This record gives sequence, structure tokens and C-alpha cells, in this order.
Amino acid sequence: MSRTPLDTVEHAAATPDVELPWAELGLKKDEYERVVEILGRRPTGAELAMYSVMWSEHCSYKSSKVHLRQFGEKAPQSDALLVGIGENAGVVDVGQGYAVTFKVESHNHPSYVEPYQGAATGVGGIVRDIIAMGARPVAVVDPLRFGAADHPDTKRVLPGVVAGIGGYGNCLGLPNIGGEVVFDACYQGNPLVNAGAIGVMRHEDIHLAKASGAGNKVILYGARTGGDGIGGASILASETFDDAKPSKRPAVQVGDPFQEKLLIECTLEAFKEKLVVGIQDLGAAGLSCATSELASNGSGGMRVTLDDVPLRDSTLSPEEILMSESQERMCAVVEPEKVDRFLEICDKWDVIATVIGEVTDGDRLEIYWHGGKIVDVDPRTVAHDGPVYERPYARPSWQDALQADDANKLPRPAGSDELKDQVLKLVASPNQASKSWITSQYDHFVQGNTVLAQPEDSGMIRIDEASGLGVAIATDGNGRYAKLDPYTGAQLALAEAYRNVATTGAKPLAVSDCLNFGSPEDPAVMWQFAEAIRGLADACQQLGTPVTGGNVSLYNQTGEAAIHPTPVVAVLGVIDDVARRTPVAFQEEGQLLYLLGDTREEFGGSAWSQVVHDHLGGLPPQVDLERERLLAEILISASRDGMIDSAHDLSDGGLIQAVVESALLGGKGARLIVPDGLDAFTFLLSESAGRAVVAVPRSEELRFNDMCGARGLPATRIGVVDGDVVEVQGEFALTLAELREAHEGTIPAILA
Amino acid sequence: MARVVVDVMLKPEILDPQGQAVQRALPRLGFQGISDVRQGKRFELEVDGPVDDTVLARIHELAESFLANTVIEDFAVKVEEVKAEAGK
Repeated sequence: MSRTPLDTVEHAAATPDVELPWAELGLKKDEYERVVEILGRRPTGAELAMYSVMWSEHCSYKSSKVHLRQFGEKAPQSDALLVGIGENAGVVDVGQGYAVTFKVESHNHPSYVEPYQGAATGVGGIVRDIIAMGARPVAVVDPLRFGAADHPDTKRVLPGVVAGIGGYGNCLGLPNIGGEVVFDACYQGNPLVNAGAIGVMRHEDIHLAKASGAGNKVILYGARTGGDGIGGASILASETFDDAKPSKRPAVQVGDPFQEKLLIECTLEAFKEKLVVGIQDLGAAGLSCATSELASNGSGGMRVTLDDVPLRDSTLSPEEILMSESQERMCAVVEPEKVDRFLEICDKWDVIATVIGEVTDGDRLEIYWHGGKIVDVDPRTVAHDGPVYERPYARPSWQDALQADDANKLPRPAGSDELKDQVLKLVASPNQASKSWITSQYDHFVQGNTVLAQPEDSGMIRIDEASGLGVAIATDGNGRYAKLDPYTGAQLALAEAYRNVATTGAKPLAVSDCLNFGSPEDPAVMWQFAEAIRGLADACQQLGTPVTGGNVSLYNQTGEAAIHPTPVVAVLGVIDDVARRTPVAFQEEGQLLYLLGDTREEFGGSAWSQVVHDHLGGLPPQVDLERERLLAEILISASRDGMIDSAHDLSDGGLIQAVVESALLGGKGARLIVPDGLDAFTFLLSESAGRAVVAVPRSEELRFNDMCGARGLPATRIGVVDGDVVEVQGEFALTLAELREAHEGTIPAILA
Repeated sequence: MARVVVDVMLKPEILDPQGQAVQRALPRLGFQGISDVRQGKRFELEVDGPVDDTVLARIHELAESFLANTVIEDFAVKVEEVKAEAGK
């Protein structure tokens, strides 16, 4: 078998005129020219492979970087933040010596191609980010968006995604405690599969992704490297080398959760023995990313021998090895005298581990293959100095018309009967209906520390058995609101997640976000993106909750049609004693229901406008962040001091949706009275932000009222927990049985 | 009566965790010399009436749309002779 000569650095220097398939690898002409300029020669095939993946939108954030800077510039002072943006995941101090790391990422496109494996490897990827910080993963959450519930393709994608998340998470023994499921036709060709994870560690155990100390060894451990997810590289391989290899490489990566479980235990044991100087997980861009990021974040350079990488497929070319996205792999930097012990631990856990290189005192990343040097680059140029685009953005011409199409002017129910019908229709609509058919496929309680899980307002995990210290997490993001006004929509996403955390009794501390948008090359999408970030950064600053990290997913569009701008925001909170948590479910008959906050006529982007009128227009609800902060403080105080027994935040679907959920979960009805100054329709269905409904034991009413009065939070008594009917006085009554049938029957009827 | 067999295998380049687990177990159980294991699925379809091209085409279609996930799996359809039972 004759091979064309290995494309080494010398070979590249000697053959400047060889044409490389940079366009096929996704580089633009000027980007390729920049690579040539940086290197002072044409890149080798392997170098091109590295630059092309690391300079991709996904890895380099080239379109989003200029806007994402605001999260740093506007970051509020927070004593809780131990590690901020830029590392594998942010780390937050939750007290008692504990630190918590959490992050949300997207795995949208892979999950559309192959729903099960796409979603499963999404969970695997985010969990490795958590391990790489030195933390033990303790829970996962999954915010999901699908096309119309009754569309045939949703029936292909959703069950696979749900099974993949459940399968992978359950095999790892991680409880799935939160997330959302939203249906909207705009996600038909672009379902959003976001995955979040939380990990816990002691402060002193924080690890960072950097390779320092000349002579330290670089160890690749975990699964063997195969040809996963490297469609692009095979073009390069076939152009550069002979064709005697499989012509097609899979874009689909298959996960192996049991391998990941071994990786978790093995990594944590190595951390415990302080064997690790720096660590990085292998995700997108695989070894290209791990080597260049470790090297560029450290003090020296790095030399790697690619021949030493354990392969699943011996026909892989060096370019393919560098780009492979095979799952369940990690890269550690270990001092020479600790290598043997590290390898011993890997062996104990049945994890393949190989020294593939070492840290050097130079500043170059050098990679060798069959004795030839095939990469010789400044790692910073690969990992950090990628192209940065100031993409043009412009408020779309249709935005004014959309906002002028006021939902408050839609025909409202003519009488009590019609109102009742619409309420029943609303609670049964796919977006408002119970998602338990989906979430019950996940294990919520494995490990025995889950305090709250779906359908609670936030998931909550106990992290210290003795003190009861716990953390809560909620994710939210309403694409309909964001479409109407991306700035406000992003703030509403944050406000809702913040409120959800506080509703369960936890104090919101920090934020991670997963920003799902269409093509950045469309100025309208870019405007939505810029506005959403500006809104989110402003709101984080005002609420004092810094963004610790996250992920941007662009190009979520089919042809010209982009998805609704969908900033998914995760808020992490801390609670001193999980025994004080507040559940959603009504606990005892006779308790008084109070509506906290102000209710205005706000129907733009509302569930009512979607379900009853199939309408999207007008303005989203107003945001008042000071009010959100006050509401949160009241909810947390009330929880801590035992003044409320249940609480539910009001969001899509308004008050009636919240009351129905609390009633069904508690198996107890409610009698509601429309307060003075409000009509029944607005009272029940408006989606004004900054509100919650709480159940107050009669013995606490005075104290609770005094607290709200003293702090200036409007608290209106709206009824009482009672019976087995949800009744709105003078309007209608619906039995719990009727409501349950409507609310819980929808999703199984469509998907089961 | 005829039997049509559909064999479904993960495509060669796709990771097969189950096959790997089997392969790793073999030396522990004293079976040496097996360098790789890949695990697939076999479906045996009992067909009413003769297996002609139309029937095979339908089976091909059902295999492609239901038995195999062609994003990550290959499949092969073959007709198996069913031996005439003695005494009939």
C-alpha cells in the first residue's frame, strides 16, 4: 500500500502550493489566510484539522464573543463566585466549605439526527464538564423544546430524546430533578435538547483546565478513540492520503454510560489523592480542544505523540484522531512521579489510560505521528485567538408589526361558561399539561438526596446530611416572550428561574445559560441575540446573580425560518436546611391562599393567546427586577420561618394554571374569590411577572400579612384550600377529577 | 410458510458498548484469542404464503423503517429455507 508522504511540518513548508480543503472543513477564505499568516507557511493537514474545529462557531464563539463579554463587564459583585466564566463550568460557594458547580449546554443538532444517542451524549458531555472541575456530579436537569406535540416527527424525536436522557442518567445513577418540556411549531426541524448538571465538592478540591510544570505527563484516559463525529475530517483525510479506508465516518456519537460512571469514580479517586495538576474533558473538537486548551491555559507548551492514543479503529488518520469526538474520554496532566499511581487507579476502574505526551518549557504545541512532526503551533492561536466577528445586526422590519398586534385586544370569553371552557382547554394544552409521562421516565430519587423534583418549581438536592444544606436549580426560557421582545424575554427567563428557586425556599446565587438562536448571519437573528444578552446581563447585574458560564447554540433554523430566540436560563440557589423547603402541592384544607404581586392585563405571548387564539403578538409582561428580588426575599423568609406551607410561582397559564397544579398535586381543591379591581379573566389568565400564590396556615396569617405589609409587597387574600373542586366564586367550578383528566391525559394520549 | 431473517448490526464505525463489554468479559472467563466482539439483533419473520419479490420488498421496507435505525445500523434480509416437517 503506497501512501503519499506524511504531511509533516517540513513537508508543508516545502510544498507551499498544495491546496488544502479548508472550505470543506468550514473555514472561510480569510480565516484560512489568517492561519497561513499565523504559521508563516501553509498548515499541515493536522494543523488545518485543529484550526478548523477550534475556530468553528461551536468552539470559538466567534459570532457571540463580542456580546458575551457583557456577562463579565456587568458581572455583579458576588462573594459566592469561586470560579467564573471560561472554565469548564462555574463554581459557587454554598457555605459550610462546600462548593457547587453547574452548567447548561446544548446538544440540539445531534439529537435531531439520532434522538436517543444525541440526547444521551448530551448528558454525558455536561457531566464530564462537572467532573473536570473536581466535583462529584449529583443531579441533572433537561430543558427540552420540541415541534408541535401532534406532529409526526415529534413522535420520532421526543421519545428517543427522553429515553436517551433517562437511559444515560439512570445508568450513571444521577437523579434528574428539573427542566422543562415546551412544544412549539418553530422547533419542528430544530428541537432544543439542553442538558444541565450540578456537582458538589469541597472548596479545596476545585480543579482547573491547565497544563503547567515542564516534564509533567499528559494522560489520555477513558474510551478508545474511534471515528465518531468527524464527518469533515474524512474529506481532509481522503484528499491528503490514500483512499484505502472506510469512506464515511459517522457524525453520530454513541455513548456508553457505564464507561462514564467508571470515568467519574476513577477521576474523583485521582483527585482525592491529589494526583492531578490540570484536567480537561474531551467534548466537541476532542483532542484538538483538550491539548490546545490545556497548553494555552498553562505556563508552558506541550508535546504529544499521537501514535500512543489508543484507537478503536486502526485506520484512523492523524487528522481524524485529532478531531474525533468519541465520548467518555478525559485528559489529565500529572507529575511524573505520580503517573504510576494514576495509571494504577485507572487500571483498578478498568479504564484505559495512556501517557500521550508531556508539558514542555517552550510555548509550542507539538504533535508527532510516525516520527514526523505534524503540528507545531502556538496553542493560544488555536484555542483563544480564533476569529471574532462583529456580525451586523438590525431590528427586524417585522418587529413593530408583531408588537402592534396586541394580544390584549383578542376576543375574551363572553361569559362564565366560556371562561370555564377556556380554562379547561388551557390546562389540557400540551404546554400546560402535566409532563409526568415524560419525567417519570427519569429516575428522580436515586442516591437518596433528592428533596424536590419535577413538577416542583425547582429541583432540590441535599448536599449535607448532617446540616440539611441543599441546593436548588430551576431552568426557564419562554421563546414566545423573547420573540416579542428579546431584551425583556431574556430578563423574564431569568426572573422566572430566579423566582422558581426562591419559591421553593432557596436563595438564588448564580446563573448559567444556554442561548439557543437561529443563524448569526441573519441580522435579525443577531439583533435578537444581542438584545437577549444585553437584557440578561443587565438583569443579572441588578439581581446580583453572576453568570458563571454556559453555552451558545446558533444556526437553529430550517431554511430561512429561525426558531424563536430561546435563552434558557438556569438559576442555582442555596437553602440552609432542606427540611424548610416549600412544595407546590396544597398541604391542608382551610389554609388561606394569598396572591403576591400585582396583576395587570398582560396577555402578549401568553399561553391563553396561544391555546385559544393561536396568536403571538403584542408585548411580553413587564419586568420589575426589584419586585422580583423583594418577592424572593419574602418567599425565602416565609419558608424559613414556617409561615407558608405551599407556594407556586405564576408564569405561563397565569394564576389558574398554578392553582390547578397545586390542587392536583395535593389532592385538595380551592375556592377562589376574584379580588376587587380585577375581572375574573385577567385574575385567572394574565401572565404578569413577579407573582406567586402561597398557602398560609391560619395561625400564621397575621404574621405573614405584617411581613408583606412592612416590606411593601402586595399580598391579596384570594381564597382558601378546600374540598375537591376548584371553584371561582360566581364564575365556575371544576372538580379535581375533571381537571386531572384534562391535565394528565393529554401527553399520554399524544405520545403513548 | 417461509421464514425471512433480518439481521441488524451497528454500522462498523459506530461504538458498540455491549460488544465491548462481552469482549472484555471473555478473557476473565478463560476464553482467549477473541480480539473484537460486535453484537447485533436477529429477527425471524414467519411469512404467510410464498416469499416473492413483493413480499421481500415489504420486509425490506419494514426493516428499514422499524427494525433497524438506519442512522447507526445496517441490516440484511435473507430468506431461510424451512425444512418440510416429516409426515406431512
